[in-house]
Amino acid sequence: MSRVLPHPGLSALLAVMWVVMVNDLTFGTIFLGLVIAVAVPLFSAPWWPGRPRVRFLPALAYLALVLRDIVVANFEVAAIILFKPNHALRPAWLTVPLELTSPEAITVFAGTISLTPGTVSCDISACGRYLLVHALHAPDPSAAVAKVKARYEARLKRIFA
Amino acid sequence: MSGAAPWAEWLVSALIVLGAAFALIGSWGLVRLPSLMERLHGPTKATTLGLGALLIASIAWFQLGKGMWTTHELLVSLFLFVTAPISANMIAKVHLHRLRHAPGAAEPGPAGTPAAPSEAADWATHEAPHLGTAGDFEGD
Repeated sequence: MSRVLPHPGLSALLAVMWVVMVNDLTFGTIFLGLVIAVAVPLFSAPWWPGRPRVRFLPALAYLALVLRDIVVANFEVAAIILFKPNHALRPAWLTVPLELTSPEAITVFAGTISLTPGTVSCDISACGRYLLVHALHAPDPSAAVAKVKARYEARLKRIFA
Repeated sequence: MSGAAPWAEWLVSALIVLGAAFALIGSWGLVRLPSLMERLHGPTKATTLGLGALLIASIAWFQLGKGMWTTHELLVSLFLFVTAPISANMIAKVHLHRLRHAPGAAEPGPAGTPAAPSEAADWATHEAPHLGTAGDFEGD
């Protein structure tokens, strides 16, 4: 199993993406997709040293949560843009202390923060223990930090365990 | 839209109007928000839902109007979600760099300039990642 499919998650992603890109559910497309799904991870294995294990089901649940948050929070940002005057806006820099340690987990965390409206992740500290986040409207910065940590980081800690 | 039921036309029209409205609101945010960092929120996000609604409208139009499934829209949204945070991150890092190293060139804005996170380390824009941390790729 691990000799032929060193990276099952990447293989599944490649096969699905190939079929989606060709937009055609015939035997030839699926067969070529499977060939790519086996060949690419085999040949690119040297470039994935020490990658963390990902728990698949919690990752799917996390994806659903983030998609839902993107939709809900888009309406919040639209409301801020339309109805909140600049003098009532409280933009703030948030310093988020990180408990995640693997680069992959921190990347997903930072990407989530950027995609969920109201926050953009801007930088990581040189020691890798803090994330710099800009919030569009955060009257209470420490509450905003606690919310991001509880909602996303806690779940990511379980996915990248 | 030939051969499509009236409700399908209404659905596609509503999705297009919703998507266009969110794209417009995102652009309006670019105009009216006070400084660069706040303006960054508009195009990275208000547009995600706008584009999402337009892509769903495209899938619905091909399926309900022409009777065929298209999946390319899923790839468009996937690549958008993967790349949007990167460009926002690069713009933010350039802004941090200009705030520190070219005073007067950049407006700090209402949030001011971010403080260093701790005594031991600065932000990675100003200081190389320490050895053995998540940002250090030496030896990988």
